[in-house]
Amino acid sequence: MASTITGEVHNFIVANFLFAPDAVLNDDDSFLDQGLIDSTGILELVTFLEDTYGIQITEAELVPDNLDSVNRIAAYLARKGRQAGKVAGFAATQVLQAAP
Amino acid sequence: MCGISGILQAHGKLADPGRLIGMVTALSHRGPDARGVYCDREAGLAHARLSVIDLEGGGQPMSTVDGKLTITFNGEIFNYVELREELIQKGHKFRTRSDTEVLLHLYQQEGEECVQKLNGQWAFAIWDADQHKLFLSRDRMGVRPLFYTWADGAFLFASEIKALFTCPEVERALDLLGLDQIFTFWVTLPPRTAFRNISQLPPGHSMVVQEGRVRVQSYWNLEYAPDSYRAEDAENRLTADLLDLLLDATRIRLRSDVPVGTYLSGGLDSTLIAALTRSLAGDRLRTFSVSFADGEFDESAYQREACAFLRNQHSERHCTQQDIAAAFPEVIWHCEQPILRTAPAPLFLLSQLVRENGFKVVLSGEGADETLGGYDVFKEAKVRRFWARDLESRRRPLLLKRLYPYLEDLQKQSPQYLQRFFRVTPSDLVSPWFSHLPRWELTAKLKMFFSEEVRQGIGTSDAMERLDRALPPSFASWLPFNQAEYLEATMLLPGYILSSQGDRMAMAHSVESRHPFLDHRVVDFAAKLPPNLKMKVLDQKHLLKQAASGLIPASVQKRVKQPYRAPDGQALLGQGWDYVKEYLSPERLRRDGIFHPAAVAALVAKFATGRAHSTKDNMAAVAIVSTGLLIDQFIHPHPGSSLWHPQLLEKCTTSS
Repeated sequence: MASTITGEVHNFIVANFLFAPDAVLNDDDSFLDQGLIDSTGILELVTFLEDTYGIQITEAELVPDNLDSVNRIAAYLARKGRQAGKVAGFAATQVLQAAP
Repeated sequence: MCGISGILQAHGKLADPGRLIGMVTALSHRGPDARGVYCDREAGLAHARLSVIDLEGGGQPMSTVDGKLTITFNGEIFNYVELREELIQKGHKFRTRSDTEVLLHLYQQEGEECVQKLNGQWAFAIWDADQHKLFLSRDRMGVRPLFYTWADGAFLFASEIKALFTCPEVERALDLLGLDQIFTFWVTLPPRTAFRNISQLPPGHSMVVQEGRVRVQSYWNLEYAPDSYRAEDAENRLTADLLDLLLDATRIRLRSDVPVGTYLSGGLDSTLIAALTRSLAGDRLRTFSVSFADGEFDESAYQREACAFLRNQHSERHCTQQDIAAAFPEVIWHCEQPILRTAPAPLFLLSQLVRENGFKVVLSGEGADETLGGYDVFKEAKVRRFWARDLESRRRPLLLKRLYPYLEDLQKQSPQYLQRFFRVTPSDLVSPWFSHLPRWELTAKLKMFFSEEVRQGIGTSDAMERLDRALPPSFASWLPFNQAEYLEATMLLPGYILSSQGDRMAMAHSVESRHPFLDHRVVDFAAKLPPNLKMKVLDQKHLLKQAASGLIPASVQKRVKQPYRAPDGQALLGQGWDYVKEYLSPERLRRDGIFHPAAVAALVAKFATGRAHSTKDNMAAVAIVSTGLLIDQFIHPHPGSSLWHPQLLEKCTTSS
């Protein structure tokens, strides 16, 4: 399930920030180092994560440690899921339901 | 203000008056009042006139009595009254009251050095029939445009590129390195333009074409000397000096035989110019402004406050996203280059309003931000440098919150993200363009939309390397603040602000803009000011604010700077315009070969979800649509298209 989340986030980043479908993005690549995301981009990403995974990202969580690569996001979502008392990968079903 | 063009033939060919008429017809919007052509065996000059000074006697091209010198001139020499007196003292006799004749006699008297005495905004060509010499010049800051090319052995020049394209032998193709530069700096580095083999004379340069040879030389440079003023030159004294200079710069810019209006954005610069005009012209002050439905861009509350304070008659052009998209094709026809923002469009509509109200001339506030410490990029660089001196400091990065207060998304960021956005690396610190690196790196991200062919065409050419070679030798010795000012004043100002937002949008409706802040006396004075008087701590345009004190409403004087902006990508993509869909379609993108169709499709999809709001998304959308328009209008014009300009193709057909 976690790999599904990774794939979804990866696809979101490629489609919305890299645009070119043949662009290479490793899941450990820093969005900031690659210059992929600006200040508006962070807010886009937060909106996507909140809407897709049904979570609330607090101001304290709005840091590069949580959000600056596909793998960091996946790990953050897993932690968030555990904190919510759910199993890791909790949101994958929601993703599948939300995506047309 | 006018449009000029000309031809210098080689190899014994004759200059063709029909071709000159074709060229100048393409510039009719710049000069609808009269048209003239001069032609001898070798050279031809043409002129489209917007009558502003000496309405009866100022026709062009104008020759000396002996017929040896002939001029075609676009612009104004604001100190022509004083120069005329000097020349009369030296025995010159004048037949008209025009500044054109003064310029002609000044050249007769001083030769190429005449430009040193000019206070104005100009692009002109003087043909010396005896010497077989064509002398061309462009004003110091680049207010007026001047393009040229060689085709079939002939030298051709014009105020706008479209006039050159009326000659069928002139190649029409995009310049890929020019495109690369626009997708880095927003502008090309002169002499390069967006079109291959079409050059522009750089601001502050003159040029001689004689016997098939070309000599281009700088006659003026922006030189910073911030230690020019002694400690005893108190701030009060410099404030008074600045105000005196601005008042005189405004006074001579009101010289005109037709009424002069003023643009009023509601910011410090234009409000001060309006106030100075009020003090000189009294009740005749007439102002014009743009307002937006979108509160993020709208400044009309400040405009109303300024008008209530100055008690003047005011007209406003309210601008919607529909208006911007509707005007955009025409805007690109006048800009003649890809643009990354729609901001020229409202100014296109504003000049229409000015013209509808019977005005041909407006004063405008451009130049203050570049020369007196106004832009946020200067503040950003100052904060980043201050922070870099102690990167471990917890307090210094808090200043990042003071940057760009009008950018809501940036203000929502956590301190950690702000520090990453504005972070400073050791290599940044030694970069000559430390101040502009974040902006240029962000803009360069748009190149991800380039097609493989364009990437290959650009090859290993590096826009920043080329800039490095173009910097003056003294650049390295200047203070960082002055380096940032120089980059702004010599790149974005002439290449975009004064052209795409300035001359081109005003001239589209036959309106001449004049800029008191760009009077070279003001520019030279500002270049000698210590940076801490331009930006005192983080107070932008500090000295100018002191100078404006009491002359403009306190609310305008003290307001946080808001740069002029307009709705961008959403204005174009959010309205369902057919032409926008066409330029973003895979078929059109494949035909033109500039952008990657799949990448553009992803951008379009993002706009469709309503999620595309970032600077990069917006710039990309505007850049791609404007490049498509440019190609259709200038490279593949075809009858039947709503974007087809009959004058362009008609003249090509006639000429061929």
